[in-house]
Order: sequence, then C-alpha cells, then structure tokens
Amino acid sequence: MQFGVFSVSDITRDPVSGETPSEAERIDAIVQIAEKAEEVGLDVFAIGEHHNPPFFSSAPTTLLAHIAARTKRLIVSTATTLITTNDPVRIAEEYAMLQHLAKGRMDLMLGRGNTAPVYPWFGADIRQSLPLALENYNLLHRLWREDVIDWEGKFRTPLQGFTSTPRPLDDVPPFVWHGSIRTPEIAEQAAYYGDGFFANNIFWPKEHYMRLIKFYRQRYAHYGHGTEKQAIVGLGGQAYIAKRSQDAINEFRPYFNEAPVYGHGPKMEDFMEMTPLSVGSPQEVIDKTLTFREHFGDYQRQMFLMDHAGLPLKTVLNQLDLLGEEVVPVLRKEIEARQDPETAKPPTHARRVEEKYGDQPARQPRPNANRGDNVTGGSPYQDSR
Amino acid sequence: MTEQFKLVVVSAGTSDPSSTRLLAERAAQRVAQLASEKQYQAGIQVVELRELASEIANALVSNHIGPKLQQAITTLQHADGIVASTPVYKAGASGLFTSFFQILDNDLLIAKPVVLAATAGTARHALVVDDQMRGLFAYLRTVVVPTSLFASTEDWQDNALNKRIDRAALELVALMASGFEKQVRAESWGRYQHEFGSAGGTELSIDLDSDLMRLAAGGHA
Repeated sequence: MQFGVFSVSDITRDPVSGETPSEAERIDAIVQIAEKAEEVGLDVFAIGEHHNPPFFSSAPTTLLAHIAARTKRLIVSTATTLITTNDPVRIAEEYAMLQHLAKGRMDLMLGRGNTAPVYPWFGADIRQSLPLALENYNLLHRLWREDVIDWEGKFRTPLQGFTSTPRPLDDVPPFVWHGSIRTPEIAEQAAYYGDGFFANNIFWPKEHYMRLIKFYRQRYAHYGHGTEKQAIVGLGGQAYIAKRSQDAINEFRPYFNEAPVYGHGPKMEDFMEMTPLSVGSPQEVIDKTLTFREHFGDYQRQMFLMDHAGLPLKTVLNQLDLLGEEVVPVLRKEIEARQDPETAKPPTHARRVEEKYGDQPARQPRPNANRGDNVTGGSPYQDSR
Repeated sequence: MTEQFKLVVVSAGTSDPSSTRLLAERAAQRVAQLASEKQYQAGIQVVELRELASEIANALVSNHIGPKLQQAITTLQHADGIVASTPVYKAGASGLFTSFFQILDNDLLIAKPVVLAATAGTARHALVVDDQMRGLFAYLRTVVVPTSLFASTEDWQDNALNKRIDRAALELVALMASGFEKQVRAESWGRYQHEFGSAGGTELSIDLDSDLMRLAAGGHA
C-alpha cells in the first residue's frame, strides 16, 4: 500500500493570520512540502493542474521534474492532469520526459476539469468534455505503446506516421489513474485498459464512490485483467491531526469554515460525520482511515489532502510529521495484517518492468539516423518492428 | 385488498402552526378521506422545510446533503402523491421552498402527482401558483393537478376554498389511483435524463451499449 499527499495548488488567504502567500512563496512551499513527504516516509506526492488564479500549478511536469531531482524514493504524480484541454500528444511527450528524468518514479492521474471557462481558452467545449476525455485517452494510450501511429478522431488534427518522443522509459508506459466521482464511462475506460481508478473521496458521502468503484472492479475483471479484488484503486482523504483531539478541532475549524468549496456551509462535525474528513488525534485518523478498505475493498494508494485552505507552511510541515510518524506506520501495519492476500501490489515502474520483461533486459529504443528530411518514417528505431 | 398511498406534505411555512401548513394539511386530509371512500388508504407524512433550512442552504452552496435533508429526499422518493405548500413572499414562492426543490435530483419526482398550494396576505398574489410554481414542477416532470390552491387572509372564511380543496384532492386521488406514475416509470424511465447515482441515489443502471461506452472501450463514438 502506498501513502501520499496531494495538493490542488490553491493559493488561499490564511483566515487566522489574514495573510495571502505570494505565488513565489507558495511555489517554494510546495517543493518543501514534497521534500518533507519523502523525509517522513510517505511514498507519493501529487499536484493538481489549473489554468486560472488562485492556483499556481499550470505546468505540473516542470514542478514534478524538479521535485524528482531533489528526492530519492518519492513517486511524483498528478491530481489531476487535464485529459480534456491538454493535447494528448503533449501529455505523451511531457510525461514520458518526466518518466525518464524521474527514473520511473512517477505516474499520473487523468481528470476532466469542471471549470467551464477554461475549456474555450484551449479551444475546447465543456459540453464535449466526456467524449473529449475518452477519445484523448484512447490516443494517449496508443502514443505510448506504438512507435509510429496513424490516427484520426473527432477532436484533434489527424496524425500520420507520428512518433511520440522520447519513448517511455524501458518502453514501459507511465502508470495511469483515472479520477472520477460519478461517471461510469471513465470507470469503464480505466477497466478496459487495466489502468487504476481513483476516487477523490473528499466531498461527497462514501456511497457515491462505493458504487463507481464496484462497477470499475467488475469491469476490470470482465476485461480479463484479473479478479475484482486485483483491480487497482486509489482513494483520497483529508485529515488534520494533533496529539489531542480537541486541539485538532480548535486549530482546524477556522480553516474549515472558510475553505474554498465547502466553507461557509456545513458544520465541521457534520462534514466529518458524512465524509472521509478526519480531524483529531493520530488514533482517530487511523481508525477512520482503516474503515475505507471496509467500504471500498482493499486498495493500493491512499492520498491525503493536507496543504489547502490557507494552512501556513509551518503547520503543513508539522502535519506531515504527524502523518508520517504517527499515522502511516500504524496504517501500514494494520492494513498489512488485514489485507486480502489476493490484493494487487501497488504500481511501480520496477514492478511494471518486471511484469513486461521478466528476467530479460528492457527494450532501449535507439533511433535510426536522420535521413535529412527531419521525418523519421515508418521504422524510426533500429529495432522497430 | 386496499392499496396504501403514501402522501407527503411539503410545507415551507415558518410559524407554528402556520397557515401554509394548515392549508396543505387540509388538502392532505381531504385526500385521505376521499381515498378511503374509494377503498384506498392514505398515510400522511409531513416534511417541514423550516427544520431543514440550514441543511438546504448548505446543500445549495456545497453539494453536501445533511442527514435530515437526506431523510426528506428519501420520503419524497417513496411518495405516491405530494402536497407542496409555500407562503408567498415578494410576489413569489418562498426561497426556502424553491431552494429545496432545486436541490433535488432532476429525476427524483418523475411522474408523481402533485397538488400545489400557496398562502399570502393579499389576493393580489393569487396567480403565483399557476404562473410561477407550475414551471418548477413541470421541469421536475411531475403531474400537477389542474386545481391550484391559494389562500389569502379572506379565503379562510370563504367556503369556496373548501370546494377548491375538494376539487384538488379528488384530482390527486384520481391520478394516484390511475397508476400513472408506476406505468411511466415502468415503461419509460430510460427515456428521461439520468445521471449515475441520481433519483436520490437509486438510479444505478449503466447502459454498456452507448456510443460513449464504446468510445471508453477503445472504439469510436
């Protein structure tokens, strides 16, 4: 089981101090948060993608490459990469490059984005969001698996004899999670390709996610990738931890009350009751997180949202200490003891290389010489089939 | 064999007792009485929106459905007939009333028979029900009975109000007894717009044979 933190990259006024960090401060902070995640023993750091203030993360692969260079074990990922407004060709290129630089310590999560005005900025239309996402991913999936592709679809310019470079590291495409909260078509696509399925698990009552995850597991088995229990599931979660339960509640309440999206709405206690939010002692966060596998089945990745709503850097780093030192080690032990032995191992590059090649060496594509026309032709690599 | 109707009163009245609830309950009781004369039974449940006010506001701004609101949604989901009643404020239905119905899934109330009722301080608001409220219930694909109920101060001492209540009540009983909702839902449910998990969390069917599902599985839409 992998544990990590994910950030939406919001730059939010701290409701207690009244300060709003600058973009520069927040970008520096996120690098420190990612480094801290590795230091306290977490496995994954993921960043969102947005193209409007008050968010900073418009170029996730640049940030993640920097973080990968500054860390040793941490897997860098996204939450989410927009499969609608990004050109799938650019996603294929950028994330393959990241995969090389991070030596395989990366994966990505795809999402559609729900902010209508963003779509036309990139020449897209939110009303076509779902078919756009599905078609774009069908293309992305091929770009990472076929050296040369001819492709024609409804939304993007056709491709003739196109090769996405660099080829994935060891010719093993990055692992992909598909994030969705209520769209069966996205779960179906994840299942069809044998990819991971991620439920953000933050806002809505768990019943919403349980239904979709169950459908994904059934379809994963239907397409022959393994049993329902072997499907690859990730979950989000949200926690604020203090040694004493009452301190956690008192400290987090002003941030909760003014948080973007759910602030000025439900009472924190009601929200805790009906959603996966835990605010309390390490033991309370452990107990609540342990219930997730009872609802959703054994799963591979648990992400926590920890740096949002204007929480200052110092507090976030302190939260990561508590998460890494007092919560996650217990969760690892408890989950290992309870987990169904049939459960799939979490995806890593090393494991995927081994699955593909066994003891054999991995393919290392070497291009043929440039013929002088800057076009590589039908067999661009020396070992092209 | 007597069929049991579940009749749900939704009231946006604010005082206790409120004339808004009173009007709705008189209609509901008349429905129950007429039903029993026709060998049916009707049980009445009341949803007081006043008690849900903060959860309704939370749901509007954060999508978060609180426990009492969830219970009200479940009650409506199982209703065979609805009497929905609101006070008129500033020449329109109470914001509490419209907010509540705006939160519901679009397909929660499909084909359910509804009596609409409103109360006001002056007869000048008399067309609020027919001119404003019907549109909302048409959007929700309910069947609103032809007779709308409206009571301003002077109507409470006018026997004509009772006659209108009788008319509306019988219209509702006739619609419930016809099995209209059951038939529409049984034979035509799939033709309405649904989302996964809509209809109060009960709409879980997935059409694997759609263009989008084929696209999801690597094909072409």
